Amino acid sequence: MTPATGVFHRTYGSELRLRTTTAAQVRLVLAVVALVVAPFVITPYWMTVAIQVGIAAIGALGLNILTGFTGQISLGHGGFLAVGAYTSALLVTRLGLPTGVTVLAAIVVTAAVGALFGLPALRLKGLYLAIATLAAQQIILWVVRNTTWLTGGTGSVFVDYPTIAGFRFDNDFRWYWVVLACAAVATMVARNLFRVGIGRAFMAIRDQDIAAEAIGVNLTRYKVLAFAVSSGFAGLAGALTAHWTQIVTWERFTLSVSILYLAMIIVGGLSSIVGSLMGAAFMIIVPALLTQGAQSLEGSFLSRQLPAVELFVFGLVIVLFLIFEPRGLARMWQRTKDYLRLWPFRY
Amino acid sequence: MVSQFVQLSVIGLANGAIFALAALGFALIYKSTGVINFAQGDFLSVGAYALYAGVATFGLHWSLGMLLAIAVAVVLALLVERLLLRPMIGESSIAVIMVTIGLSSMLQAVLLMLFGNAPRRMPRILPGGSIDLLGATIPVNRLVAIAIAAVVLGLFTVFFQRSRWGVAMRAVADDQPAALTMGISVPRVFAMAWALAGVSAVVGGLLVAELVGVSGTVAEFGLIVFPVVILGGLDSIKGTMVGGAVIGLLVQYTAGYVGGGLQQVIPFVVLVLILLVRPYGLFGEVRIERV
Repeated sequence: MTPATGVFHRTYGSELRLRTTTAAQVRLVLAVVALVVAPFVITPYWMTVAIQVGIAAIGALGLNILTGFTGQISLGHGGFLAVGAYTSALLVTRLGLPTGVTVLAAIVVTAAVGALFGLPALRLKGLYLAIATLAAQQIILWVVRNTTWLTGGTGSVFVDYPTIAGFRFDNDFRWYWVVLACAAVATMVARNLFRVGIGRAFMAIRDQDIAAEAIGVNLTRYKVLAFAVSSGFAGLAGALTAHWTQIVTWERFTLSVSILYLAMIIVGGLSSIVGSLMGAAFMIIVPALLTQGAQSLEGSFLSRQLPAVELFVFGLVIVLFLIFEPRGLARMWQRTKDYLRLWPFRY
Repeated sequence: MVSQFVQLSVIGLANGAIFALAALGFALIYKSTGVINFAQGDFLSVGAYALYAGVATFGLHWSLGMLLAIAVAVVLALLVERLLLRPMIGESSIAVIMVTIGLSSMLQAVLLMLFGNAPRRMPRILPGGSIDLLGATIPVNRLVAIAIAAVVLGLFTVFFQRSRWGVAMRAVADDQPAALTMGISVPRVFAMAWALAGVSAVVGGLLVAELVGVSGTVAEFGLIVFPVVILGGLDSIKGTMVGGAVIGLLVQYTAGYVGGGLQQVIPFVVLVLILLVRPYGLFGEVRIERV
């Protein structure tokens, strides 16, 4: 039982723990149990959705590191996902490298590309940076569409399911565990990033860049680093998408994808790790529910106008969250926890 | 050679006229309210579709259709300002940008529900036919489009220089607290800016409907607005004219003389270069946030 007045540490060991209360530990165990049991009980459709959520969570964590924690808005995340997907897929199909290696290569290459496009951030911020990253998105996709000798242009790159150590990942059940493991590692990396100097420097830049520089944060280095780290996550997400869906086409990485990821972190909560995961789940599951609803209500308004309704709900969710709960699902979750912890008292 | 050059120039300028009108709405809103409107392309769509609905669906005379479209666009712009952007005052730039992106999705969705996916055939409003100019065949409606854009942009310039409202809007853009102390109603100026942006979107919509056609792709003009306004300077009316013309010509010359799809990306390459060298553009106020 947590004392309502706060959490007290009596040893250095307890202070270093990520989950300091019994309730938090219980919640973690419950979440792990749910994630392990889930693939055995859900339908194939929801299995696909679960994998999408896992991949989106990795990308959203990356974008939140950049936009939420470092305060650098990016409209180019879709482009970075494309770099990751094409890098990994092309290394497998052209050079025949093993998939594990190509995924790592995709992370490194995307981080490098991200750092390159992060350079304008050294001089620009806010709206100007948003426009610069928008240009990055358009330029990356144009390069993808027009370097036909490399990417197949507007066609597609096909990749076979990977075989690692004699084990072939050829169905959604197996992919679930791969994506779950990657998402778990990504979450731990992101969570711990903000317990060490690099993450603290990122947050200092977000809060006041000039003050950050005055206390010895090298702005150039850390801004470029934030773009690189963020893009690295995007590279992983892109590579996973490529190998899971077996097909890479430029249409999966348009500006609307960048916007979808921004929506995830807004809905989930800026500067929140758990918020990134919640936002990714929310923005993937809601359209999935709409699709299911449309299938069960054949001939209704919903099933006739499904694409328009999805688009409308997408916009509406963003607007409502920004107006009524700008700190997103993470804040709602925090309030719920506080309410339950203090119940039956108000404070 | 000359004929091709003339042809490309006229088409480029006509496209530039659309860019300039879209950019005008963007610059109006940014100048007075500081909001980056990512939904500007969708306002253009709303203008084009409202005009289409008036002229083709209800069979109105084109002048009545214009009035109807302007009414729709102004009411919509005022609602958006009051319901979505007013609560965002004082929020971070990412929140404001995302609100307009959300708005853009909603407008696209509503248009999709009402009019569907298929491109619509707009009855001609501008005079048809073509004339011969230095050996090039020039469609008359392109020339008229350029003239319309020039007149509208000229009227807006005069409005800002001479009229009481225009001066009030410039005052608010310059210094909000000072404008407030001089008795200018800032909320009304914000509403006015959005309403005027709605009007310019309808005029832009008319040109789009004539030159490009009415379909879901109209909203894509919203993206090309960024190179235009950054080149011209974010808060400058003159900048939108010059920026629109330059980007329009650049795209056409690239398409005509270089080819290879380069015209799709050249505006964004220019955008990056300007951001690196002169982020406030040709005519913008030198007040950019830097680190």
